[in-house]
Amino acid sequence: MRGAAATLRHELIGLSGVLERNANLVKRYAWWELAFFVWSLANTLTIVFIAKGIHAAGGKLDVDRATTTLLIGAVIWSYLGVVFEILTETVAWERWEGTIEYTFMAPLARPIHLIGMGLFAVVYGVIRTAVLFAVIAGFFSLHLGGANFVAALVVLAVASVSFIGIGMMTAVLPLISPEKGMQMGFIAQGILGVYYSVSVLPQWMQWLSTISPATYALRGIRHAILDGYGVGAVWGDIWPLIVIGVVAIPLGLAIFGVGERHAKRHGKLKRSG
Amino acid sequence: MIAVEVHNLRKEFLRRDAERSGLRRRRRRVPALEDVSFSIARGECVAILGQNGSGKSTLVRLLSTLLLHDGGSAHVFGHDVFCEQRAVQRLVNRVSVEASFFKKMSSAENLSYAARFYGMTAAETRDRIPMILERVGFPVRRKHEAMEHLSRGMQQKVSLARALLTSPVLLLLDEPTTGLDPRSKREVQDFIREVWASHDATILLCTHDLAEAEALADRVGILDRGRLLCLESADELKERFGSETLEEAFFAATGREFEQENDDAERGVFA
Repeated sequence: MRGAAATLRHELIGLSGVLERNANLVKRYAWWELAFFVWSLANTLTIVFIAKGIHAAGGKLDVDRATTTLLIGAVIWSYLGVVFEILTETVAWERWEGTIEYTFMAPLARPIHLIGMGLFAVVYGVIRTAVLFAVIAGFFSLHLGGANFVAALVVLAVASVSFIGIGMMTAVLPLISPEKGMQMGFIAQGILGVYYSVSVLPQWMQWLSTISPATYALRGIRHAILDGYGVGAVWGDIWPLIVIGVVAIPLGLAIFGVGERHAKRHGKLKRSG
Repeated sequence: MIAVEVHNLRKEFLRRDAERSGLRRRRRRVPALEDVSFSIARGECVAILGQNGSGKSTLVRLLSTLLLHDGGSAHVFGHDVFCEQRAVQRLVNRVSVEASFFKKMSSAENLSYAARFYGMTAAETRDRIPMILERVGFPVRRKHEAMEHLSRGMQQKVSLARALLTSPVLLLLDEPTTGLDPRSKREVQDFIREVWASHDATILLCTHDLAEAEALADRVGILDRGRLLCLESADELKERFGSETLEEAFFAATGREFEQENDDAERGVFA
């Protein structure tokens, strides 16, 4: 019993180390963070202005609703990008800095290491996304009085579990292929239904969308913000997210474990250059 | 007590040939270590000499649990390196030729990160980090400066501090002084000597610096093309090969001349 408590304490200290290091990196790269935030802001604006552009060109649509729909798609896309990027950096950044060998020879359970990265990604991603959402919403004077932000956050929190699991799967790619892994990770993000309903997609893409957590996250969040749905009303989107999350985390850990063994077998667990 | 026991350890890597066979490049197996056997007693300092590509770094990376072997066995204080990785990881730390840090982070932040993985809390590292930095001769007032602003010698001192912070009983030193200026090299060597004398550590030093090996180690091994040719005291090596210097003994053991010493770099072996 005492041994288990000591092991748990050791792992929790290790997890705090992962969070602390990431916070230090954000602090040290503060200007880069600002630059990337401004880039995300500009990127999101170009998408969200599409609704006004269509209206100005004579298209008939509810501009506020279309703008909010695009805004949600753009900020969730940005959130996903942050979560996947941070998780992929579990390997990629450490390889770039050359610390990968020291980190991977340390006595910390890999699940704790990856969960630490995932936790940081979610906390950082939620803060960044909330600020991005607020700033863009300010640009368009959107009326969001009826929005249920609590339900939207609940959907995002549940979806994040799945995103962490999928992020773990993509995090292993730089271990297997240092040159192509990171790009493959981004391709693997192929999220469907970001700016439109999945019903407009070809049949095979619609089928894929049923196993993508982003489909349920986007639909649930849109219902919560656009229609003011509560947690109960979006349960139809929450339960598939729970199911995908329960599968994605162990699967992500298992795939990462296989990748790590492959890297150790073939000598790929090393710094770049 | 035996600290390290290695028996017939073997490691190969797959390498792609430059020539293509159809659309694909052919792959070939390149041995990095071939049936390497040796043991190190607790508290002993053993140096492994070898040129680039001889397999020194592969040996260190195998003992650090960063590689899986293809044959043979390795034990650290009785723990199987490949089956009891967590137990081994708690006992081992290393210093390699590259200091390897998050360059924008300070030495204090980098050391904290490393220490957490070994179970050290923030309260513990707050006192310990300045103490250990002082011990390696690093100016403590610079502990909040980004690593990228420190000289190579300073970075290597922080690397030594990182290894010692976790109190390893087996210290793996992989060319720790390569690329340092003479003064920094001397300081690092003095510190290794001090740690060895004052700390209950067993040291495996991989180097291609013959003078360093002779000055620091109890026994010197010669690793050539993945094979450990001998492992004896420097005096015994010189006597065995009828040489006056360790350099002469090295060339006599490998059977090659100085002019041929580029060969191993061309082996393409993962070093």
